[in-house]
Amino acid sequence: MARIDIRNVSKFYGKTQVVHGVDFTIANGEFVVILGPSGCGKSTLLRMIAGLEEISGGTIAIAGEVVNDREPRERGCAMVFQNYALYPHMSVAENIGYGLKVAGVAKAERIARVEAVARTVGLAEFLDRKPGQLSGGQRQRVAMARAMIKEPKVFLFDEPLSNLDAKLRVQMRIEIRKLHQRLKATSVFVTHDQVEAMTLADRLVIMNKGVIEQIGAPKDVYDRPASIFVADFIGAPGLNLLPATINADGHSLSLADGQRLAVDMGRYAAMKPGPVTVGVRAEALTIRPKGQGGMQHGLKVTFDFAEELGVGQHIHAEVAGHPLVIHVDGRHPYAPGTELAVEVSPHDLQLFDTETGLRIEEASSVALVDAAA
Amino acid sequence: MVERTPILNILTHLILLTGLIMLLVPLWIVFVASTHDFRTVNTVPMPLWPGNQMIQNYTLAWNQSGFGPKMLNSFIVAIGVTAGKIAIAAISAYSIVYFNYRFRSLFFWMIFVTLMLPLEVRIVPTYAVAANVLRPYQEFLDATGINSLLNLITGVRVSLPQWSMLNSYTGLILPLIATATGTFLYRQFYLTVPDELAEAAKMDGAGPLRFFWDVLLPLSKTNMAALGTIMFVYAWNQYLWPLLVVTDIANYGTAVMQLQRIVPGPLFGEPPRWHIAMAGTLMVMTPPLLVVIFMQRWFVKGLVSTDK
Repeated sequence: MARIDIRNVSKFYGKTQVVHGVDFTIANGEFVVILGPSGCGKSTLLRMIAGLEEISGGTIAIAGEVVNDREPRERGCAMVFQNYALYPHMSVAENIGYGLKVAGVAKAERIARVEAVARTVGLAEFLDRKPGQLSGGQRQRVAMARAMIKEPKVFLFDEPLSNLDAKLRVQMRIEIRKLHQRLKATSVFVTHDQVEAMTLADRLVIMNKGVIEQIGAPKDVYDRPASIFVADFIGAPGLNLLPATINADGHSLSLADGQRLAVDMGRYAAMKPGPVTVGVRAEALTIRPKGQGGMQHGLKVTFDFAEELGVGQHIHAEVAGHPLVIHVDGRHPYAPGTELAVEVSPHDLQLFDTETGLRIEEASSVALVDAAA
Repeated sequence: MVERTPILNILTHLILLTGLIMLLVPLWIVFVASTHDFRTVNTVPMPLWPGNQMIQNYTLAWNQSGFGPKMLNSFIVAIGVTAGKIAIAAISAYSIVYFNYRFRSLFFWMIFVTLMLPLEVRIVPTYAVAANVLRPYQEFLDATGINSLLNLITGVRVSLPQWSMLNSYTGLILPLIATATGTFLYRQFYLTVPDELAEAAKMDGAGPLRFFWDVLLPLSKTNMAALGTIMFVYAWNQYLWPLLVVTDIANYGTAVMQLQRIVPGPLFGEPPRWHIAMAGTLMVMTPPLLVVIFMQRWFVKGLVSTDK
């Protein structure tokens, strides 16, 4: 078990920079998920921790020791690869035990340890098989066992679940989580799947174009995305984002079609008039039956189609030329083109600077943080 | 695209059949000739059906040509060349594919270009080196003036010892083991091995040699079989090179060299005994044929290399 300190790490391939001065610390025993779209540099970062890629700038320290110039085997990390990377000509037992064999562990001890690890991942009866005779999930388990047997200080996972089918993925996700609870080893998990990330992580690191967009607990990232990118990327569906303009009064905003929405004056100090991006979660929106009236804060939207989820529906609608998704619990048999009234509480609106893409911080929350400090 | 028309089918079969006949007829004639006595073989036209002298001819050819020890020599040379070629090819391709160094592709292309230079083209210099292995170094020292410089400073002239490979197994084997074909075949194979395997081995703590030995070599078994088959046949059939390096035929002569001595040659004298020569030919052909037959399954797998 070990802490990992990543200090101003960057990576160049020739003249192209793929990681731009990344800086964060992974606590001892923590499960950190690095999340981002493909090509954001998340795998490169993981491979730099593992020692499979050279570090172009900055330092990475594991358990307090800078490992920039150390061979992978000297770093005490174990890695699970996306394509499992099992040795095709070796049996499951040989695959799991190969690291020990290289390390010169005596045969009797090796066999005992291989069997013990195989039992914990449920592979005991497959030890004599070749990887080619296993299913995807079983291969994944072999890859995990191969990582576990070394009792590493750090577990590294490089999109290990992306080759599995949906059901198996959920199951393996739970197993990885349980494994971490038992072993308490520092783990870094790279994925582009935000559901996987949300469910596994103690802490999320969201990367985009080689830069960290936000670091935080899954709940915080979901509730208070730090940028438009994170807002759009996290959640299924992502935050509804609409371009708007802050009105001259500083306490309300108008959409492109002229509809006005109030801004919670308790949370935001008076704002400069001008363009802004307003975001709201699909779950925070409520459809009001026609003619009920008395709606304080609302929008008129046009119904497009409904997406069936089983537990409810995602109503896809349009407002001011932009798509808007509303989560509803029941079933709503609307005809396309129907106009719906949607209630929006000012409290649920989140504002982003259209130009910089950054979140506009609420005055009250800043005050709260100050008070706490 | 696969066409399915009866006429084309018949035509393709005819072409195949013609090819097969063209290949088999000479072999048949060799076989027939090896089963008749001296007089029948020399009648015109020669009979096209086997005679009854087969056992006598083969025994005579075997005994009088001393094929026993010659075949043993051929085996030693063929196996030595095959093993050497596989080792050299596997190692040089490993270096080219898995290590990143300056001029890597230049080296690869230099090896690749030698595909176009068969042994026959470079036979004189190769012979000169085989006769005195250290001669190129000596000449380098002399030509660059390093030797005269040393002489000037220390008063000693460097004179490298003579090391001749003539009349030895080393001489028969070593100059033949460099192989561009094999290196290329191995390179193509390594390129199909996923990078993640090498990375997994790194994470498992295996160094480059360990990875090569534990992972790459076992994975390349079919490749090895294919290369081994081709190279065994190639080495067994070597004719010109053994003829040059071996003057001590009694000890180091190979089976193929011995064939040349049957007709017209010192073993059976004049007039040429074609029936004995044909019997000898068929016997010398047998070992590579058997190797091909036994290795065929692996051979095809290795060349197609879809065994993933």
